[in-house]
Amino acid sequence: MYRIALKMLMGDRGKYLGIIMGLTFASLIMTQQPAIFVGLIMRSYSFITDLGLPDIWVMDPEVQWVDDIKPLQDTELYRVRGVAGVAWAMPLYKGLLKARLPNGMFQTCIVVGLDDATLVGGPPRMVEGRLADLRRADAVIIDIDGAREKLSQPPAVPGGKRIELKIGDTLELNDHRAVIAGFSKNTRTILSQPVLYTTYSRAKQFAPRERKMLSFILAKAKPGEALADLTRRIRTTTGLAAYSREEFMGVTFRYFLKNTGIPINFGVSVMLGFIVGAAIAGQTFYSFTRENLRQFGVLKAMGTSNWTLLRMILLQATLVGMIGYGLGVGLTSLFGWAMRNTILAFKFPWYLLLFSGIGVTLICAFAALISIRRVITLEPAVVFKS
Amino acid sequence: MGADKDLAVHCRGVLKTYGTGEAMVTALQGVDLEVRQGELMMLVGPSGCGKTTLISVMAGILDQSDGDCRVFGQDLMHLRNHAKLAFRARNIGFVFQAYNLLPTLTAAENVTVPLLINGMGRKEALKKAEQVLEQVGLGARTRSLPSQLSGGQQQRVAIARAIIHEPRLIVCDEPTSALDHETGHKVMELLKGIALRRDRTLVIVTHDARIFEFADRIAEMDDGRVIRIVTNSSQLH
Repeated sequence: MYRIALKMLMGDRGKYLGIIMGLTFASLIMTQQPAIFVGLIMRSYSFITDLGLPDIWVMDPEVQWVDDIKPLQDTELYRVRGVAGVAWAMPLYKGLLKARLPNGMFQTCIVVGLDDATLVGGPPRMVEGRLADLRRADAVIIDIDGAREKLSQPPAVPGGKRIELKIGDTLELNDHRAVIAGFSKNTRTILSQPVLYTTYSRAKQFAPRERKMLSFILAKAKPGEALADLTRRIRTTTGLAAYSREEFMGVTFRYFLKNTGIPINFGVSVMLGFIVGAAIAGQTFYSFTRENLRQFGVLKAMGTSNWTLLRMILLQATLVGMIGYGLGVGLTSLFGWAMRNTILAFKFPWYLLLFSGIGVTLICAFAALISIRRVITLEPAVVFKS
Repeated sequence: MGADKDLAVHCRGVLKTYGTGEAMVTALQGVDLEVRQGELMMLVGPSGCGKTTLISVMAGILDQSDGDCRVFGQDLMHLRNHAKLAFRARNIGFVFQAYNLLPTLTAAENVTVPLLINGMGRKEALKKAEQVLEQVGLGARTRSLPSQLSGGQQQRVAIARAIIHEPRLIVCDEPTSALDHETGHKVMELLKGIALRRDRTLVIVTHDARIFEFADRIAEMDDGRVIRIVTNSSQLH
């Protein structure tokens, strides 16, 4: 009987493809849009994830997320270093500065100042040059994507290739000379500004003079020290905010959820995808069942039980659901692969597969349910109507 | 009692109403009818007289509102749903006016449906279907879809489907009305020649006077009642 169910489904090519297209569309929207959303959200705290070494981030208690800088006095560093359980604590400067390019154009960059001695807080991976090269005079390290895109210069001839920065080139930061000493590979930030690394003392020279310049204190717990206890101790001792890496990512993530329109915009897209997919697939599946009511009636008259008919419809719904889901997820993966080297934020973690799987299952269940109801209540005597 | 044993269908005072209150329509108003085993009984009468409702009750796909209808001694109305389905699947064959073949299945696959409902394996069912299609003269068209067959051929497939599981009662609703005279005649010859046996009963609802000659008895209905039963069509008005 299951083979009959499948033949009934596939025999009506137009409707079969219609249902699959609806489910594919729903599955695509329910994976592609959240994948971009997740990509964007991950970029919002990419600065935190890129800094692997410190366990604890210490900052002004009013800081709401990673780019919300409220500078501290340099003396706070020593107070943190004095808290029991802290193995080490280093300063970090983070600010937005305008870089003047060799062609005279300006570009806003994220400037990160690392502890002069240890260079803690450096980029996750060097592409060219070494982190230690920052100790050279006026040295900066630039993230490779920024160097290739926003910091590159227009082509020498119309239609030519953009001129990328190279080691030894100079930039001007707030009237100070900066020499490129290397390139790093960073996770893109949410606004995709180029990231420039330099030493803490040099960053303070680059930045406009302010009374407080210390953006964050990066701390490491002593071996065996519980992070939750240590952050609590830092908070109570210094009056500053102290978060573990994961906590600070969570703070940033929640800020984005609460204070930006990003989740709502993507949520609306996903909801629309779900509704349109459900409408197309549900309506087409129901119409397919309606057109086959006489056939279901014939089967019923011949002695097929409602339970068997229900399983036949569920099989039909499961098949179109699986095909639609597979195609949608496949198209999303293809989209992600095609966009892998672009500025587009795209992350496709396993839980999005689960999310869209649940979505498609709900659509299929809805489509099957309205069809099943019609078939179960069908009077088999309908077969005698001409 | 011995006479009862020979009865395929035994209806007494069968009443069937549709709807309630002022919208209530009475389709059968106390039908008394006996159909013997091995008999080809035709139900005739004007449209809306209750013929189709009566065969629906006989086939167990519609419950009467009142009265008693036994098929091979079995009171279908009081059977549990599961038992009724099983009874229908084993004992009743159907031939419809519009053939009602599943359009996406081949002729052979259509014929296997009653066997599959009764739990037979697909391969075995297909083998048997091919044999039965051979019997009805469609041995060469087993893989054809209904849309690739003529009306007469489709009705022959429907007949093969109706007999493949060896039912004891076959109900046919206007089996020839969509066919021309010659094809209709052939279909009736097939029904009488292959479907009808000593232990198998055929009840045919028809308007088609051209096939009355095939009937053993003809029950004429009007206004929800059987008004006469004749053995020869010349006895009808």
